Amino acid sequence: MPWITRGLREGIVTSHYPHRPDDYGPTFRAAVSVRDDGAAEHDESGAASIIGLCPTGAIQAAKGRFLLDRGACITCGRCVDSRPDLFSFDADVEVAEFRRDLLVVPRHEEQPNDLASLREDLARRVRALRRSIHVRHIDCGSDGSEEWEIAALTNPIYDMQRLGIYFTASPRHADVLLVTGSGAAGMLAPLRRTFDAMPAPKLIVAVGSDTASGGLLAGNYATRGGIADEAPVDVFVPGSPPSPFAILHGILLAIGLLPVRDIAATRNPA
Amino acid sequence: MTMNDATIGVEVEQFAIEVARALVPGRRLAGLFAVPAVRELHLIAVVAEEGRLIAVTTALPEGTMSYPSVTVLVPGADWYEREIHDLFGIEAIGHPDLDPLVLPLPAGSNRPRPGSGDEIARLTPSSEPLPALVSGEGMFTIPYGPVRSGVFEAIEYVTETPGEDFPRIQTRPHYKHRGVEIGFVGRSLEDGVLLAERVEGVATIAHAVAYCEAIEKISGTEPPAAADYVRVLHAELERIVNHLDSMIRHAEAAGQSVAYSRLTLHKERLMRLRARLCGSRFGRSVVIPGGVSGAPFIGRAEILAAVDRTERDLRSDLKLLMATPSFLDRLRGTGVLPFSIVSARGALGPLGRGSGMEEDVRRSRPYGGYRSIGFAPTSRDDGDALARQLVRNDETWEAFHLIRQVLDELGDLEATEWSTPIGPVSGEAFGWAEAPQGEVLYLVHVEDGVLVRVKPRSASFHNLALFTAAFPRDITTDFAFIEASFGISAAGAAG
Repeated sequence: MPWITRGLREGIVTSHYPHRPDDYGPTFRAAVSVRDDGAAEHDESGAASIIGLCPTGAIQAAKGRFLLDRGACITCGRCVDSRPDLFSFDADVEVAEFRRDLLVVPRHEEQPNDLASLREDLARRVRALRRSIHVRHIDCGSDGSEEWEIAALTNPIYDMQRLGIYFTASPRHADVLLVTGSGAAGMLAPLRRTFDAMPAPKLIVAVGSDTASGGLLAGNYATRGGIADEAPVDVFVPGSPPSPFAILHGILLAIGLLPVRDIAATRNPA
Repeated sequence: MTMNDATIGVEVEQFAIEVARALVPGRRLAGLFAVPAVRELHLIAVVAEEGRLIAVTTALPEGTMSYPSVTVLVPGADWYEREIHDLFGIEAIGHPDLDPLVLPLPAGSNRPRPGSGDEIARLTPSSEPLPALVSGEGMFTIPYGPVRSGVFEAIEYVTETPGEDFPRIQTRPHYKHRGVEIGFVGRSLEDGVLLAERVEGVATIAHAVAYCEAIEKISGTEPPAAADYVRVLHAELERIVNHLDSMIRHAEAAGQSVAYSRLTLHKERLMRLRARLCGSRFGRSVVIPGGVSGAPFIGRAEILAAVDRTERDLRSDLKLLMATPSFLDRLRGTGVLPFSIVSARGALGPLGRGSGMEEDVRRSRPYGGYRSIGFAPTSRDDGDALARQLVRNDETWEAFHLIRQVLDELGDLEATEWSTPIGPVSGEAFGWAEAPQGEVLYLVHVEDGVLVRVKPRSASFHNLALFTAAFPRDITTDFAFIEASFGISAAGAAG
């Protein structure tokens, strides 16, 4: 009996995201961005030293600019600490993207037709799901932190169920497969079996930079470079690990339940 | 080996006997590791006692592919010898069950041999199910995992059962083996800590501290006092959220939905506090070799306000939970591990302390900030899931107490330096830290500032070997409670 009042006493703690922006963010380092101002000037050796700052090779130089691959970035912040004129932390949790190559920032060449057709195709596939989405998770070699952030979506603050999204025990009932991990070789067969067991239409949301690149362990004897080559990923959520809001944004992006303004904002970060 | 501690070198034939002889009462086997050297492979058995580590070492000449098993005399060496077999292809003669543990490979495969300098191409682990020999008539096996109901890390438990109880459970963490040991090889000291943080992501701080303690021993440097206190601040917050995670899984399994909501709320608030301290909800990039990356982003008053509020709410909720019979009934008498087993196997962390062990490396081998602040260790005798929960409760309150102490210490310090520079050092050392799961041990070998061999040993790996022993008379429905009370991370166990 005492438990009944226990929950009520706290009042409502649940976020209104995505219908209203959540003010949890400013102190949180969701991703690294390349600053617009100081980008251009560097000679070849200077560029090499900046590229060499990154422990996962996420920094590239192209056409006199630096590019940063959020799919490889583990947000360690070394580039931001060394060259705050070139790189900065970004508190925006809406970092998920439809395609692997879109994780490279900044993007100057938009491919609207290409992307539009990708989005239309996705929207067509998810139409039947309406507002009852069942999510299954599979770990393909995470460090364990992504699982905590996914599980956090059921706490009263994120309360994923309020959006009609539920975890399900069986892949037979699942519409969305949340994949974590760097692509541990031993999990590739279970990943295929789990995906095959899901009924169509089905989506894959890859959670964490490790899924996009393999992170610090990419390409060793036991770890593939992420899971994108092993399964058809629909949405990538970068981060090491991504926060619960970033994961929620990724799921909503995949199932087409984001308010329109948010999609527009995600497309044009500049 | 120069370990700053005692080292006993012995012949291969005498190795098992000497390890057994070193394990007098009051000592425990903390690990058994293989380290490649020039035309040799060293085996290092690490024996822990109050105040120090003792290394019993032997050398296998190149080409020697076996040695007399230690497990025959010291049961705690079991999983270590299986791991060495998987990663180095070295066979422990006489080992009762050398089934693959972290890396199942077809016979005759190359082995990764981390630290040997070998280039090892991509390996494809056997996807055939491993043999599951049942141990009696009328028994059958039920594989549970690696994809399980709920949001869990990948691990498989092959349960053997005549129907309801589990006489034996084979634990198979190999599905998510990532090759972390080879991932350290050739990295700089600064890059190494980023990987240490990700060996077992839920214990980011403990792994980073254990790794950095080893580096600091090699280089003979001490972090500034303020940096040591910031490490304690983060480590104790990490302990609270991990203990909360174990309680959350208990509450969920017991169907205590309000308690589940309350505890997840407290955990989320502390995760947010951690992000406000450093930008990362897991304390990533805080601990660096030589110290910490900088001052906490927020001041003492703001930290205290958040800590006070969570402690007050948590005390009130846990008081109620620990008086809720439908919760306690599921934990009491569940998963009993007697003192005889945990002491023989040297169980770590809350698992050992729930069964009467008293060791906590924050006290027995104090490091960093723990050398100068007061700390009350805890222990319970019942050995069941409830005892482990009670140990976690005590440790949670003690962690809040430690956080206040380090905030006081930090408040008096006018810190300007947060780290001591470390040059391109060479040497070998052990580092350790008391993670929420128990003692994390790092063996680090570095040459001219480049990592040659790093062997992280998580408490999860060490404790998971005891999982099957925790089902003396427990049944299917107790499984979730026993697993939650172990509080392990599969990432740390799979390597």
